[in-house]
Amino acid sequence: MIQHHIEACAKVPNMKEILLVGFYQPNEALSRFLVSAQQEFKIPIRYLQEYAALGTGGGIYHFRDQILSGGPEAFFVLNADVCSEFPLPEMLAFQQQRGDAHSFVMLGTTANRKQSLNYGCIVANTETCEVLHYVEKPSTFISEIINCGIYLFTPAIFQHIGKVFQKNQQELLLEEGSNGWQRAEVIRLEQDVFTALAGCGKLYVYKTDSFWSQIKSAGSAIYANRLYLSQYSQRHPERLARNSPEGPSIRGNVYIHPTASVDRSAVLGPNVSIGKGVTVGAGVRVRESIILHGALLQDHTCVLNSIVGWDSTIGRWARVEGTPSDPNPNDPYAKIDSETLFRDGRLTPSITILGCNVTIPAEAVILNSIVLPHKELSRSFKNQIIL
Amino acid sequence: MKALILVGGYGTRLRPLTLSRPKPLVEFCNKPILQHQLEALREAGVDHVILAVSYMSEVLEGAMREQEQRLGIRISLSHEKEPLGTAGPLALARELLTESSEPFFVLNSDVICDFPFTDMVRFHKHHGKEGSIVVTKVEEPSKYGVVVCEAETGRIHRFVEKPQVFVSNKINAGMYIFNPSLLCRIQLRPTSIEKEIFPVMAQDGELYAMELQGFWMDIGQPKDFLTGMCMFLQSLRAQHPEKLHSGPGFVGNVLVDPSAKIGENCTIGPNVTIGAGVVVEDGVRIKRCTILKGSRIRSHSWLESCIVGWRSAVGQWVRMENVTVLGEDVIVNDELYLNGASVLPHKSIGESVPEPHIIM
Repeated sequence: MIQHHIEACAKVPNMKEILLVGFYQPNEALSRFLVSAQQEFKIPIRYLQEYAALGTGGGIYHFRDQILSGGPEAFFVLNADVCSEFPLPEMLAFQQQRGDAHSFVMLGTTANRKQSLNYGCIVANTETCEVLHYVEKPSTFISEIINCGIYLFTPAIFQHIGKVFQKNQQELLLEEGSNGWQRAEVIRLEQDVFTALAGCGKLYVYKTDSFWSQIKSAGSAIYANRLYLSQYSQRHPERLARNSPEGPSIRGNVYIHPTASVDRSAVLGPNVSIGKGVTVGAGVRVRESIILHGALLQDHTCVLNSIVGWDSTIGRWARVEGTPSDPNPNDPYAKIDSETLFRDGRLTPSITILGCNVTIPAEAVILNSIVLPHKELSRSFKNQIIL
Repeated sequence: MKALILVGGYGTRLRPLTLSRPKPLVEFCNKPILQHQLEALREAGVDHVILAVSYMSEVLEGAMREQEQRLGIRISLSHEKEPLGTAGPLALARELLTESSEPFFVLNSDVICDFPFTDMVRFHKHHGKEGSIVVTKVEEPSKYGVVVCEAETGRIHRFVEKPQVFVSNKINAGMYIFNPSLLCRIQLRPTSIEKEIFPVMAQDGELYAMELQGFWMDIGQPKDFLTGMCMFLQSLRAQHPEKLHSGPGFVGNVLVDPSAKIGENCTIGPNVTIGAGVVVEDGVRIKRCTILKGSRIRSHSWLESCIVGWRSAVGQWVRMENVTVLGEDVIVNDELYLNGASVLPHKSIGESVPEPHIIM
């Protein structure tokens, strides 16, 4: 997911360094990824671990010295759980056009009225694009322009975050019977900072019509996969698989990692990604799915609307199928709904997800199910979470 | 000898297949259901078969004229204007049945087994009473009406409907042989032979039971049709193994019409019947299915416990299971999943059917 962010950042002229900030315990997989990404994009990349979950503002405030080292004029902040065209150079140009070197820019996009309530809503001056009003997840309609979670800041932002920090500290002191778990360092950019900045001539919105979506659950990954593949077809058609006499049949946008082995009788696509070292057997059909590295799809299997986890194996003639949960295709501004797993006490039909190292027996059907890692199934399952 | 076959109505239990042709003409193991019975009856010396039908069908009449030619026997259709139950049709056909004084057979048209007609004649002549019925053993007698009879002679004491405590594990198998004198007991009105005639005959000491050896199945509905097919193929394995198909890619008992074409890398069986002119493309997996005449199963599909109707087309990477029945000339689009679907004739299916459902 995050490689797309890194690729976009690396393309911005004069980008000096990329910092990944999170509460996540670093591990070998992350270190390997950082090494290969630095080689690929020729830019220093570091991971900075928060000592606690500090919120969207607290994290960057905590690491402000790291961020400001080398004296950058400006820096971008991107949420990891979004997929986007990432129009970073456009945001930079927009800030320079404004003529105010100290203004901040947030990326905005259009949502429909109903779904806008699930996002941060922005009211802006139609001519100057200044943010006049900002509300996170309002209960009534405010604006169709929503916050994409992608920002361009100057070092001055830390003064504004710092004010929130001090205010939090004072409130904690005054508050009696504090349970000790609340921290002044926990700062939310959206509620704590943007709402205060709105209408002060500091915060601007750059509106984009290019693709954007949240990736809040594994279910949105198939939709995000489709968006990125369609971006590839326009910007990097060389990355997509093409029909050839020796290769499999390709329908629509398909990515196949060069190390994957795909039988020529397989039929892939549209909207399929085949990962590193994957083996796809004879007569296999894959549509609207992501096959992660090391997976094995044996002969005649059929995989639809699913994510197949790392090193999983699907037996001959097995069928792995999910129910797509796409945004309304007739509404250009519709976003993917942040799915709830259960509705009225029942598992809602969604894409099928196999965790890593899952084994599906030959001839079984796995429908609308989530299978946890390292499971070896012995029969068919439908509409279940297999623990 | 004569035989009367109770064909009855439209065979609604075997829909959607019976929406396209009369039930007796639906192929069971690549031969019309009725032909199994006709051939066995002729083998036992029957030269005149009367079909008791409650509807008229030109298709059925035409087919019977052909069977008359083929088998060299006489076939009459006795048409009931109103439903007469299981005994009334005998009264309706009284004139035909009393043309000679010989005993005659009566059978339900839904029954499939190793027909024991020659043994029935011998058994019937041996005890010398008015009627003999064939009984078969079942595992769960509480679901049926059972027959209580003397172990040595087979003389029937009584009938018990759905017994709650065990009294017998033998049930009426739907095959009888009677002396013409039986017809005195039956009036021309709706009557059940099992409930109204047999108990009286048993009381009079005129009814005997012969136990059936081997398999038996009422194939009147799709689920049982498939179970019956498994039993029939197993019996074929024992008696005529040369009629079954074998070779790489074939597992267990599989019956394939010589005009059918099977592609590469398929695994077919166990318990599969493939009809005339059927095309099974490469990489298909079929088990426990009947594929009727002229159908096409496209590559990489997976079928279990299905009946595919005549001239139907099943797309690539389709999965069908759980007694899915396709009527005649049904099209199933690529990559769909049909679970227990019952699809009416001439339909084109464009969406999966994840739960059992009738598709109209």
